[in-house]
Amino acid sequence: MLAKRIIPCLDVTAGRVVKGVHFLELRDAGDPVEIARRYDEQGADELTFLDITASSDDRGILFRIIEQVAEQVFIPLTVGGGVRQVEDVRNLLNAGADKVSINTSAVLNPQLVADAAGRYGSQCIVVAIDAKQIQPGCWEVFTHGGRKATGLSVVEWAKKMQALGAGEILLTSMDRDGSKIGYDLQLIRAVTDALEIPLIASGGAGTLQHLVDGVKLGGADAVLAASIFHYGEYTIRQAKQYMAQQGIEVRL
Amino acid sequence: MVDIAIIDYGMGNLRSVYQALHAIAPTASIVVTDDPQEVVQAARVVFPGQGAMPDCIRELEARGLRAAVLHAAQTKPFLGICIGLQMLFEHSEEGDIPGLAILSGRVVRFASNLRDAQNNKLKVPHMGWNQVQHGNHPLWEGIDQNARFYFVHSYYVCPQDAQFVQATSCYPQPFVCAVARDNLFAVQFHPEKSQGAGLMLLKNFVNWVPV
Repeated sequence: MLAKRIIPCLDVTAGRVVKGVHFLELRDAGDPVEIARRYDEQGADELTFLDITASSDDRGILFRIIEQVAEQVFIPLTVGGGVRQVEDVRNLLNAGADKVSINTSAVLNPQLVADAAGRYGSQCIVVAIDAKQIQPGCWEVFTHGGRKATGLSVVEWAKKMQALGAGEILLTSMDRDGSKIGYDLQLIRAVTDALEIPLIASGGAGTLQHLVDGVKLGGADAVLAASIFHYGEYTIRQAKQYMAQQGIEVRL
Repeated sequence: MVDIAIIDYGMGNLRSVYQALHAIAPTASIVVTDDPQEVVQAARVVFPGQGAMPDCIRELEARGLRAAVLHAAQTKPFLGICIGLQMLFEHSEEGDIPGLAILSGRVVRFASNLRDAQNNKLKVPHMGWNQVQHGNHPLWEGIDQNARFYFVHSYYVCPQDAQFVQATSCYPQPFVCAVARDNLFAVQFHPEKSQGAGLMLLKNFVNWVPV
């Protein structure tokens, strides 16, 4: 059967991997190419790179990182951050990305998702959604790295993105990001049940049980995590072995 | 002479395919090309594809590559990948269009509302690492039964002739994920993104001498 995927996420700024808490307080985690190679060896199913500053200076650095990783690592690579037009999608694909993740620009210009999927195929368009709970059972879409509220309902927004051609949804709970207290399972469940396309759960994984819960209780098709892998607490392989023991289909 | 031509008809990213082939055959001369002549002259041909099949067929025609693909599929080691497998068949449900009809059969969509044994919803596209049950073709040499490959697709092929089926996978029902006939081999998954097993298959392709 199809395996549930574990996807380490590398937040990149100025050529380094960093990780924050609730989108703030960044801490250095190392060289992106080295880290990508390590995760590949440990059995990561995919890798996600998010350019969290996306300034024009950093752009060139990111492209060189992606090029170097794509020469050595033969698993799917997703790259996001600062994608504003179809040309940005093309440039990232040409640098070696297999999928491109679109977040803020999808809200500002939903047609971008349709155009990019129409041009390059839904399989390479991931829409990333940053979600914040506004009341029990209700979540709002935020943009600009979590700084701007949009008034959009997360579930409705995810469905709209699917209709426009997104191939996958990367759903991050801002309330849980970096907190290591576990995914927002209610959020994941609400969105995954509303979708036909796969959902990647993100934000809050702090233990291996959290990864299991994301799949078993949340119903996620893939789990994304950063903190628990970056600082050597667990390897990807340990995570997969644990998930397998809990009866989850994984690639070992 | 060009050892391997990767056919480029403008549909997406072929860099991954190039990188993976270059990694397993560093001394081979590999080109990504939309020149029919170069395809005709190459020793081996890789026929990838991403996106929607109607767009792929249209772009292939627009670049005058149809004849070169047909020629390669009949004369030299030929590897189709993803839509490059689907296009070999007679008809696709995607856009309700004819394919290249190199093989008999059609391309159909996964049903919606699929459920697994635990009653979990199965998403479409079928995306991720799935196990492959394969035959004994030389391209499977050194690859374990049930090895996992990376898939991303919403449609799958239904060949008319069972004898050409070289592998199946399950989602949740078995579907065909590789076919072979004479000098032609084609897969639904992405060997270029399937780590060790994928690179092994590409290596076997590069060394393959069809009989």
